[in-house]
Amino acid sequence: MTHGLVQLAYIIATGLFVFALHWMNTPATARKGVYAGVAGMTIAVLATWSEPEVVHHLWIVLALAAGVLVGVPLSRVPLTAVPQRTALSHAFGGLAAGLVGTAKYYLWLGEGPENLTPFRMIAIIVEIILGFLTFTGSLMAAGKLQEVKFIPQRPVTYPLQNVANLGLLGVAAAAGVALVINPTAPWAAFAFPVIIVLALLFGVLLIIPIGGADMPTVIAILNAYAGLSAVAMGFVLDNKLLITAGALDGSSGLILAVIMCKAMNRSFTNVLFGAFGQVQQVKAGGEEKAYKAESIEGAGQVLEQSNLVVVIPGYGMAVAQAQHKVRELYDQLKKRGITVKFAIHPVAGRMPGHMNVLLAEADIPYTDLVEMDEINPDMPQADVALVVGANDVVNPAARTEKSSPIYGMPIIDADRARTVFAIKRSKNPGFAGIDNELYFSDKTWMLFGDAKNVIGELVKQLSGGSGLH
Amino acid sequence: MTPTPDFWGQLFVFVLASFIGLGVIRRVSRLLHTPLMSITNAISAIAVVGSIIVTGADYPRPIRILGAIALFASMTNIVSGFLITDRMLKMFKTDTRPGEGGSGGGHS
Repeated sequence: MTHGLVQLAYIIATGLFVFALHWMNTPATARKGVYAGVAGMTIAVLATWSEPEVVHHLWIVLALAAGVLVGVPLSRVPLTAVPQRTALSHAFGGLAAGLVGTAKYYLWLGEGPENLTPFRMIAIIVEIILGFLTFTGSLMAAGKLQEVKFIPQRPVTYPLQNVANLGLLGVAAAAGVALVINPTAPWAAFAFPVIIVLALLFGVLLIIPIGGADMPTVIAILNAYAGLSAVAMGFVLDNKLLITAGALDGSSGLILAVIMCKAMNRSFTNVLFGAFGQVQQVKAGGEEKAYKAESIEGAGQVLEQSNLVVVIPGYGMAVAQAQHKVRELYDQLKKRGITVKFAIHPVAGRMPGHMNVLLAEADIPYTDLVEMDEINPDMPQADVALVVGANDVVNPAARTEKSSPIYGMPIIDADRARTVFAIKRSKNPGFAGIDNELYFSDKTWMLFGDAKNVIGELVKQLSGGSGLH
Repeated sequence: MTPTPDFWGQLFVFVLASFIGLGVIRRVSRLLHTPLMSITNAISAIAVVGSIIVTGADYPRPIRILGAIALFASMTNIVSGFLITDRMLKMFKTDTRPGEGGSGGGHS
């Protein structure tokens, strides 16, 4: 294929990618977006493969086949494991960018040093730093989400952490600048791996201080990094398709990160520096407060007599795999003519949109999944707010308690409903380690136990004797 | 390959593509943020294009090995990204399955 035809194919692929994302604006057209994306990718691969430069085909076939063999099982993971699959794919994206940058540098160092212009060297350095730090950072994030044993779940912090991390990145950047100025120096072939090692190390250190509640933001940032490393690869290879597709991915990660940030009331600079600002744990005073526990029977009766029930799901629902039981409860209530809505906080779960996917999996119509801003005005009319495994996103301390680490974070107004039922696995405080005063409110009744069991019992209660009279 | 590619042209393309990306992504339904992330994953695996050249061109063997690993990683993202996006999107329905859960009553 001639150069012109390949470029034409790239333009078509870019157009298809833009449409793919455009069609994601509503669930009705979203699947068309996937087909557009697949078509664009197929065109791009075939056009590139037909380039006259490509003369060895066996390795390409083998690598593609291996990719299919690993990719298919990765697409079949349970939906509760989607956050770690996503993190893993950011890792692969970063790795690919880092390796291609490395390959190109050593190729040109050996066979065409005149190609190592300052601009291109800057692109290569950016590509490998972003690529390799995304690789290890995303692997760490995936490990934390998967709860791999040797990776600590809790945030690990130590004195001067930010200074040490930024210092490390500074050293890598300084080595990069030295290489840009003098790309073919005798020491260059050795300085290059040093940058790679520093970037790999920085990726690990970047994620070590991150706790579970910050994961949605961090995954979005890693998404942006993976996209930007593809852009840098485009600059290195002088390939505009890489630049456009990478820019689309980068802007997606950026927008999601901003949304997550706003939903947690964290600043944007905080995000750009990789979510360093860990919340300080504030120990509430020693005073003991009492929970009021409610029985399944009692809760069932209150639910039956409601007109509007708002379910507020959180990460606990995913952990307990309770979404299918929630759906049964939804059916039982709907059967009685009760309106049931789901209030979705942007950072509920471990990645953007996590709750929506889990509830859609359980066949709950997406028209009943309502965003925080839209449901809050209706909360005072709700007879019951049922909190399933959510904690910080319904904590009223965010509105009132200036000393609280979550102060200022927008929350779902569960406390404005007439009655609150909160399902909680144990009496321990939530992920952020903060007491939730909602649980001690006069109108709150606790249902202690595993979310799946508690809701299963509620369904049994509603479908049993009392439902038939 | 020319030693002096058109940097300003590349930068131009990057800036414009970012603006298009921001405009399009801002309109994506919040319901679909998880599938959005997996489809952009698959699209950013466009690194496949660079990897194919590095793997398939007449370069020294160690360079091609790096390319092949990158190609494998990109292809994994393409396959798993598109498949899981479609799998998730199939689940988003406006109404419940007909006939599910017995009982004829109560659908409002």
